[in-house]
Formats: sequence, C-alpha cells, structure tokens
Amino acid sequence: MLVIARRLFFYLVTAAIAISLDFLIPRMIPGNPVDAILSKMQGVTITPATIHALDLQFGVNTSASLWGQYTHFWNNVLHGNLGVSTANAFEPVSTVIRQALPYTLGLVGVATLISFVLGTAIGAIVAWKRGSWLDNLLPVVTFFQAAPYFFLAFLAIDVFAVTLGWFPTARAANATDFPAFNWTYISDVLDHSLLPGLTIVVASAAGWIVGMRNVMLTTMDEDYVLIAAAKGLPKRRVIWYAARNAILPSVSGFALAIGFIVSGALLTEIVFSYPGLGSLLLQAVQNNDYELMQGLFLIITFAVLAANLIADFVYVFLDPRTRQEA
Amino acid sequence: MAVGIGTEQVTGGAPVPGAALLGTGSPRRRQRALRLPRSPKIIVGLAMLTFFVLLSVIGPLVAPYSPDQIFANSPVPLPPSSAHWLGTTNLQQDVFSQLLAGGSDMLLVSFIAGVIATALSVVIGVTAGYLGGLADDLLSMLANIFLVMPALPLLVILFGFLGKTGSNDLFLIGFIISVTGWAWGARVLRAQTLSLRNRDYVDSAKIIGERRSRIIFAEILPNLTPIVASSFLFTVLYAVGTYTAMAFLGLVNPNWSWGGILYYAQGANAELTGYWWWYIPPGLAVALLGTSLVLLNFGIDEFINPRLRAAGLSRRGGDRKRARALRSQQFALTPVLPVSRPPAAPLDTTAATAGNGGRA
Repeated sequence: MLVIARRLFFYLVTAAIAISLDFLIPRMIPGNPVDAILSKMQGVTITPATIHALDLQFGVNTSASLWGQYTHFWNNVLHGNLGVSTANAFEPVSTVIRQALPYTLGLVGVATLISFVLGTAIGAIVAWKRGSWLDNLLPVVTFFQAAPYFFLAFLAIDVFAVTLGWFPTARAANATDFPAFNWTYISDVLDHSLLPGLTIVVASAAGWIVGMRNVMLTTMDEDYVLIAAAKGLPKRRVIWYAARNAILPSVSGFALAIGFIVSGALLTEIVFSYPGLGSLLLQAVQNNDYELMQGLFLIITFAVLAANLIADFVYVFLDPRTRQEA
Repeated sequence: MAVGIGTEQVTGGAPVPGAALLGTGSPRRRQRALRLPRSPKIIVGLAMLTFFVLLSVIGPLVAPYSPDQIFANSPVPLPPSSAHWLGTTNLQQDVFSQLLAGGSDMLLVSFIAGVIATALSVVIGVTAGYLGGLADDLLSMLANIFLVMPALPLLVILFGFLGKTGSNDLFLIGFIISVTGWAWGARVLRAQTLSLRNRDYVDSAKIIGERRSRIIFAEILPNLTPIVASSFLFTVLYAVGTYTAMAFLGLVNPNWSWGGILYYAQGANAELTGYWWWYIPPGLAVALLGTSLVLLNFGIDEFINPRLRAAGLSRRGGDRKRARALRSQQFALTPVLPVSRPPAAPLDTTAATAGNGGRA
C-alpha cells in the first residue's frame, strides 16, 4: 500500500499545482482580464458589485497582497466556489459543470474502458500471430492513431448518422424527452451515446493495440513462456501467461494516455453537440468565459487524476511485486 | 490524438542492443546507419513527410486562388468541379486553395514546438537520469506532473487569457505547445540514461578520469540519438494534433490551417449536410501527415528493438511457408545475444507509471 500512498501524495501535489496555475495564469499574462470580461458583457447591467467580484477574482484594483489573494483563491476552490459563468446567465461555474459532468463521465469513461480492454486484447492477438494476415491491421491502426478524433467524428456522423441513418446525429437525448429515470429516457440516452462512444473507442483503441503488441512481442521471448509451451499447456493458457505480464506497461501507461484521450474525447463531444464538458469548453472559448475555462481546467484535471488513481489500484492488484515491497 | 502509448514501453522496457553499437565509430556504425532507411516503414514515412513539407512550402505559391477570395454570393457550398477541384465553402471560397495554404503555419509551429520540447526533454531527462538522487526525484516529478495534467484545458486557459495577441504569434504558439509536450521525451530519455549510466564503457570513462560533461556529451548522448529522434518526431506529431485541435476550437487564428478549415466546416454543419469535399481533405491531410510521423517512429522503434521487426515476415517475397515454419517454432527465435537488462528502477513516485516499472 506504500505505493498507493506515494501515488496519492503525487496526485495531491499535482492538484495543488493545477490550482496554483489556475490562479497564476490570469495574473501572469499581460492585459487586464476584468476589462476583457466587461467588454464581453454587452446588454447586461453591470453593477459595481459585479466589477468588485471580478476584481477580487483576478486580483485587479485590490490592496490585498498576492499571497493574500492566493490563500483567498484556495479558500474559494476548497469551498467549491469557482466563480460565475458569464456565458450561462451568471450561474455559478460549479453548477454549470455539475450539469454537464455526468454526460462526459458516462460517455468518456465507458468508451475509454471499452477501448482499453478491446485494444489490449487485439494487441495481444496481433502479437501472438505475428507474420500472419493480422499484421495488415497495423497500417490501418497507424492511420487511426494519427487521425484527429474530431475528424473521425465528422466521418462517423456523415456516414452512419446522416447517410445510413443508423444513429441520431447530435445531442444526448431527443429534445422532446424529459429527463427522468425511466426506460424511455435511458434507452434514448444510450442510443445517442452509441455513435460518439464508438468513435472514441475506434480512435483511442489504436494506441492500446500498438502498445500491447510491442510489449507482447518482447514478452513472448521470455523463458517462462517457452516453458509454458514446452510443458504442453494449451495455447490459450500460454497466451494468457504472456499477456498477463505484457499488460502491465499498458496499465502503467494509462497515466500518459488518459490526457490525450480525454482531450480527443472532448473534441468529439463538440462535433456531436454532446452536452458534456467538451461543449462547455467550446462555449467558454467562444464567449471568453474565463471563469468557466478555469473551472473546467480544474475539474478535468481532477477527473484525470482520479482515473490515474484507479489505474494505480489495478496495477497493484495485478502485480504482486508492488505489494511485497515495504 | 491517441499517440505515444506504444513507443515508450518499447524504448523504456527493452534493452537497446543497437544503441551501444552506434557510438563506437567502427565500420558497423556505418553499416547500421545505412540499414536504417531500408525499412519500408521509414521509406514510406519519409516519402509522405517529404511530400507534406513540399506541399506546405510550395502549396501557397501554386494555389490557383487566394484562400480568402470569395467567388459568388451564395450560401450553398459547391461540389468539386473543374474550376474548383475540391469545391467551395459556404462563403464560396476555394477549398483546394485553402488546403494548399493551410500546411505551412502548422508545420512551422510543429517544428518550433518539436525543437524546443526536444531540447527541454534532453536537458531534463539526461540530467535526471545521470545525476540520480534528489535531482532525479524532483525532475521526474516535474515531468510526471506535466504528463498527467490534461493539455487541452490548460491550453484553453493559456490562449483564452492571451487573447488575440497570442493567437497569431506562431513562435509563441509553438513555445506554449512545447511546454505542454516535453515531458514524455524527458521520461524516456531519463529511463535510458539511467540504464546507460551503469554500463561498462561509462564506468571505464569515469575510471580514465573523463570530465562529467565529456561523459554526458561524448559517451552517453550519442547513444541516445535514436531515442532523441523518436521523441522529436513524437513531439512534432503531438504539436500537429494540438495545433489542429486549437484551430478547430478557434483558440488560434483559424485562417488558414487545416484545423481552421475544419473549424469553419463544423460551424456550417458540413458533416450534417454532406459537404464531404469541405471537411475530408483537411482531415485526411492531418491524418496522413500524422501517419507519416507515426511510421517513422515505428521504424526507429524497430531499429532500437529488433524483436519488433519479426512481424511482416509473410510479406517478404511472398514466402508464406517460411513464415509459417518460423511461426510454429517461434520460441527458437529467442535471440542468443547476451542482452543486459536495465537495472531495476527504484520504486519512487514515478515507478508506478514508468513504462518499465513492472518489467525491471
């Protein structure tokens, strides 16, 4: 468990640095963010209270020291106060994000999990059958590894949703549906998440396939695999022995990959007009909604750190060596 | 883009039989250097990359029209015709001309980002790996923090606050992308330096009394060349994807880059209305440019770790029978070359995510 404790410490440090960056970036960059925000608030009555709140948020016209502002910022973050979203009628950023978060967690979480399991399995098989026709998969995989997620999303919508009409083209549910916990609504949500989910799976599985294949090729040369085969164990068992060991770098590589996958998945959400964090990100960019941007950066970072922690638990579960050490 | 998952595990987890031979200056070195371009992956990758570099350099010169030129006053994009090879946008601008004009900025930004990030990763990775101890712990932690933090929302706040000034400055864009993209290379280089540090030839150099700077620059760095090259290509690939994504979001000026064409196409719902000539060419161009970089990276990986090369036997000369025979006795293919395993990495905070954490 020492490993987990160390990782937990690392994630806490990372979270602290993310919060500090969130505080520092608006103050480091030249220009006055409050003026920029006020200039965007056309048609809204700006009260002195609003200006004062923004001044406090970004450290403009304030007598407080930078350190004082910094501790104030921490206090706000720890109380879940991430400011207000100018693009969403000055609703608190935390409320805006809370409405979108379940969609992204559901879609991206499930798609990432499926792509990891599927990609790793395919990678193991491709490595085991090296020299066979399966190697022809690799150029295709290479293409998917290099293509932007959102380009694949364009193609998926055009081909499968518009031309073939198999899937809905946008949003997370029919506009006429009322969110409720009944089968009509749930099946509708599932129906709408299928195509964006598949797009994310196809786009991100490529990396796992290549990663697993490469490690598996090395693992297959190990003596214990040779012995397993020499003992006359069934082929499936031998593959399992090799794959069980080859999967470890993939699990530990999860930390590296998840950032890319989340970024790509958020862009996919945008193309599908999926009401998750990706669409909020676009909204924030288009409306110069700075506090929403900052809030999204924090929440997405925390989510990625949490995913990493889960991957660490899986790693400790899979590799007994990490448990012995103490 | 889901890139870079595979490569680190290979270079991080496997010994590097080729690398030790590289710096020796013997005739083998020349032989190795000559063998590199023979891999079909490298040849195809290089050819494609050359094509895209040429395209982005001469593209703007040979483009039939200006990318901004408006031809008619109609909101309906026109399909490809002899006048407009790739059709027009909803503003009646020529897609082909936009495509030709869209490569240069992106390649320039990616190249700048690649150079800066590679320099950063060499300095930090080699320092961490060679010094070890507290310096290693701190630098590794820094690299891991940058790796774990998702780049896209960070770039959104950076460019959001930079505003218009940031969105047109190519050098600044390249620099900021490199800041979010150096950590991967630093990790791989650290892992490899760690394993080279304890090789016999480095020990002998120390015993002879060579200066530390000479050991690093003359003994260790040359043996890291393939990994430096691979991390450079990876960063360029990362920058291509990131720049495209930022233009697609409208974070950087979308006129004109391939991501920018997609930005306008998405704004006009090109995917819903079947204007395929508008969004497929730029998307395909990014994907193929990326593919060329991935192929080159694979080629280098196979050079570093020859075991990966065993795949593809069946394609050589149609000798399927030989391939099958080899496959049936694949266990006999275990190389008899004595390969030294890299020393077990200390299980510090980085070990759980290190590519070789479980294998050392």
